[in-house]
Amino acid sequence: MGSKPRVVVAMSGGVDSSVAAALLVQQGYDVIGMMLRLWAEDCSDESGAAVANRCCTPAQMADAQRIANRLGIPFYVIDTQDVFRRTVVQFFIDRYAAGDTPNPCLECNRHIRFEWLLNHALALGAEYLATGHYARVRRDADGTAHLLRGLDPAKDQSYVLSVLMQDKLRRALFPIGEYEKARVRALAADLGLPVARKRDSQDLCFLADGDYRRFLAQHAPHAVRPGPILTRDGRELGQHTGLPNYTIGQRKGLGIAAPEPYYVLATDPARNALVVGTREELGCSTLIANRANWIAGAPPAGPFRAEVKIRYRAPAAPAWVTPEDNDRFSVTFDEPLRDITPGQGAVIYLGDECLGGGIIAQSGYTGL
Amino acid sequence: MTSIYLDHSATTPLDPRVLDAMLPYFSDNFGNTLAVHRWGREAERDLEVARESVARLLNCAPHEVIFTSGGTESDNLALRGPAQAARVEGRPITIITTPVEHEAVTATARQLRDTLGAALRIVPVDRFGRVEPDALRVALHNLPRDGVAIVSLIHTNNEVGTFNPIADLAAIAREHGALVHTDAVQAGGLVALDVQALDVDMLSLSAHKFYGPKGAGVLFLRAGTPFLSSQTGAKHEDHRRAGTHNLPGIIGTARALELARDELADNTARLSALRDRLIEGVLARVPDAALSGHPTERLAGHASFVFRGVESNTLLMHLDQHGIAASSGSACKVGNPQPSPILEALGYGPEWTRGGLRLTLGHSTTEAQIDTVLDILPQAVERVRALSPLYSV
Repeated sequence: MGSKPRVVVAMSGGVDSSVAAALLVQQGYDVIGMMLRLWAEDCSDESGAAVANRCCTPAQMADAQRIANRLGIPFYVIDTQDVFRRTVVQFFIDRYAAGDTPNPCLECNRHIRFEWLLNHALALGAEYLATGHYARVRRDADGTAHLLRGLDPAKDQSYVLSVLMQDKLRRALFPIGEYEKARVRALAADLGLPVARKRDSQDLCFLADGDYRRFLAQHAPHAVRPGPILTRDGRELGQHTGLPNYTIGQRKGLGIAAPEPYYVLATDPARNALVVGTREELGCSTLIANRANWIAGAPPAGPFRAEVKIRYRAPAAPAWVTPEDNDRFSVTFDEPLRDITPGQGAVIYLGDECLGGGIIAQSGYTGL
Repeated sequence: MTSIYLDHSATTPLDPRVLDAMLPYFSDNFGNTLAVHRWGREAERDLEVARESVARLLNCAPHEVIFTSGGTESDNLALRGPAQAARVEGRPITIITTPVEHEAVTATARQLRDTLGAALRIVPVDRFGRVEPDALRVALHNLPRDGVAIVSLIHTNNEVGTFNPIADLAAIAREHGALVHTDAVQAGGLVALDVQALDVDMLSLSAHKFYGPKGAGVLFLRAGTPFLSSQTGAKHEDHRRAGTHNLPGIIGTARALELARDELADNTARLSALRDRLIEGVLARVPDAALSGHPTERLAGHASFVFRGVESNTLLMHLDQHGIAASSGSACKVGNPQPSPILEALGYGPEWTRGGLRLTLGHSTTEAQIDTVLDILPQAVERVRALSPLYSV
């Protein structure tokens, strides 16, 4: 055994995880590469050559294997199809059926990468699980781990890591979080890594074509039922084709004949209704999130000032955050936001540090 | 770290004595066997010496030995040669085989069904992987008149190590006028193979399974068997297999087979004892484990197991990280393991068919290695089960 600890690195065949693996090898860790074979629609071909999950196609596996060979590290593909389908995919269907707009990447990091894969890594004697995420971990002398944004603000991926609890984050390494994307590409070239193709990970990797509406209609028709389009005061303006087919803030494609444009304000799952309103009615300044995860283990005393992201790609917006209990918090934004969407993550930042987050349960106006 | 190679059924290292025999044929003795000059004559002479040696060891005539590129080619020729000959004569073709053959046989049989219209009949096997005589009789019923029937039965199962009673089965096939091929790739060099005693028309061997070179094999083809070449060209191998002779490979094949025969008795005794030590140890130390294949009618160095609720790939990964090379019938490098068709054919249920493990011993295997495996394997199985959604106590 070498002097440095063993690390399992999650490899995808792309630039980021390949550079992560190479940096770990350079730093002297005992590195093992792993790739998860995730579930995909119609992925039943026995040779594995048919429709593949877009995060782990045969070409990506071959790329990852080639890079591992180049780095001189062992590489294994772990069959994760069943557990991925039972957790991430089923969750995706169930939340849409309940009227939310779920973010499966959060669930994947929670249940697949930092549980299923981490457990595989620990069972092999690894001390750390490394990924190619743009995020950083700062460790206190007592071992407490803090999650920081990646150095490259344009690539920061701390949002999808906000679900990590302290015991998981202590096991996490994000080797490329200290670099800008351009520098990572340059490192790939310097290291002679054969990663010509540019691929970022796919949000809805298990969809054959990326069309979640088609997927739901096919695999979960109960989640896509037509119903009424209502105003806030209950006036019926028409019929919608199924709540998952709409996003909050959407204007086009509502099929409403009216003198002024209507926007999707919210869904009302109890009545299977799509709630619409005028431009003036659009925008919310509060939200309540549950399934809270506080990376430190407990929330700060509140209310406290912070910045909150309501989507992976949304800018962090200044707000007051009030922890209700360990599982639940509310947020009041300084300015209303147009598209606070139940099911997405509300992720809390203090400067560069991500304190954690929760899943948006409902939105509203201050004082309502 | 330990380094224990227990995958000798996948391939073996070249015996240094075989390498010594081969080396001159890469450089000094490089002649083309078809050439008329001295270089060609010497090459042809040595080719025929090798052929005579292999023929002697198989107990057949030299002319009945065809040198091929390995087991897969030999299996292909054994099915294609007679099937294509029958096709030319317009005779209906029937191929009778088992669910536990190597893919070289099953994939070829399927292709001959699709291309030549061959009828396929599959004979079931018992829980050890053996063909029962009565099952073969049933499969041989009502063969088309004027047809050609090819019975292809694996001699030694690659996944579970069981021997088929080839001589008994061949006798039954003959009663029905069928040709008999046996895929003896796993048995070559580890079992005395006498084609007269086995009474087969065709038999496949692969040199790298018995410390010979890769890319070299043998097809025994009984004189008089209808046969059309698959690879056409010049007159090599009496028009049965065209292509310049791979003389280093052929010399190596013959030398490896000679050495295997010379050392067969000692090797069998040593490997059987180590194998039994391994089997007893595993069954005593690993819960919910069973030996797959026949307890006694099995290859000397072959131990195979099934573990309930284990995913073989994960187990192989753990063993690899302990420096132990093993394999599994459901192994898959792209993370999409399917239940082992052979374990399914043997009647194992879904909790077992992803959990096969094959440990195959060879020249390098020592008692100390077996004891190390007996220390590591139970822990590895326990760890893999702890990760598995398949296993519940």
